[in-house]
Amino acid sequence: MNTADLDHQIVLATQAGLPLVPQPYQLIAEQLGVETSLIQERMRQMLEDGRIRRIAAVPNHYKLGYVANGMSVWNVPDERVDQLGEQLGTLEYVSHCYRRPRYLPEWPYNLFAMVHGTNRNEVMEKVRRIALLLDEADQGHEVLFSTKILKKTGMRFK
Amino acid sequence: MDESLDEINRNIINTLQYGFPICDHPFREAAASLNITESELLERIRVMRESGILTRFGPLFNAEEMGGAFSLCAMKIPSEKFDSVADKVNALPQVAHNYQRDHAMNMWFVLATESPEEKLETLKKIELQTGYRVYDMPKEKEYFVGLYLKV
Repeated sequence: MNTADLDHQIVLATQAGLPLVPQPYQLIAEQLGVETSLIQERMRQMLEDGRIRRIAAVPNHYKLGYVANGMSVWNVPDERVDQLGEQLGTLEYVSHCYRRPRYLPEWPYNLFAMVHGTNRNEVMEKVRRIALLLDEADQGHEVLFSTKILKKTGMRFK
Repeated sequence: MDESLDEINRNIINTLQYGFPICDHPFREAAASLNITESELLERIRVMRESGILTRFGPLFNAEEMGGAFSLCAMKIPSEKFDSVADKVNALPQVAHNYQRDHAMNMWFVLATESPEEKLETLKKIELQTGYRVYDMPKEKEYFVGLYLKV
C-alpha cells in the first residue's frame, strides 16, 4: 500500500471516530495490516499538513446550551481584512471566520464570522462587541440567523 | 448548561477539545493529566458519545486539504418560489448543507465537489434549473475554524 492509499484508508477507518479502546492506533494498524508506528507517523503528518485539524473531543453545542448562532458579515477595508480576521478568530464565541468575495452593490461584506450564544440576544450582544472592536473599520455589518435547516448531510469521505 | 455534567466530565470536555495525543497509550496519557484512570476516561467518553454530549471523538478532517472544491453559495429567492427552488437545490448530491436565513439572500448552501470543473458545472446547473442567480462565495482565506466551549 502506498502512502496516499494508506492515508485514505486511515481517513475511512477513523471518520466515525477513534476506537474507544486503550490502544486505538494499534487497533487501526491491525485492521489495515500495517505497523502501529506507521499509523502514528501518517496521522502526525496529516496533522502537520492540515488534513487533520486536530484529534479531539467535540461537544454538541446545542446540548451545552449554545442553541443560537448567527452568521455575522462585515464590510471592512481590504487592506485590513487579514489582520481583523485573525483578531476575530481569536474570540471564544466565533467558530468560523473567513474572508469571502463581495458582490457589489448588493453584497458588500468580505468578512464572515459565525457567532454562538445561548440565545439571539446574547449573539447580538457579542456582535456589538465585535463592532466596538472593529471600530471605524466596520463599514457596515449584518447578522443572518438561520430560520430553517433545509438539508444537512454532512461530509463523508468515500 | 447541561446540569448532568459533573466536574470530571466538564474537565474532560474542556481539556480534550483542544487535542488528544498520538502515542501507544493515548487514553492513559490523557487520563493522567485529568487525574482519573484510563478505564474511567474511556467509559466516560463512551457514555458522553452515546448520550450525544459529544458529537465526535477523533480526528477532525479538513475536507479542503484532502482535495476537491468547496464553496458557500447564496441565492435570493422570492418567498413564493422558495420551497420549489429548495427542492431543486437539495436534490443535487453536491449540496452538503442548506440553510434558510432571514435576509434577502435567503438560501445559503455549501457545495462539496471533487474538482473546480464539477463545481462550476454544478453552479451552472442550479442557475439553469431554478432560473435564479447563484452568488458563489468561496473562502479566500480561513482565519479560524473551531469552537471551544468552556463548560
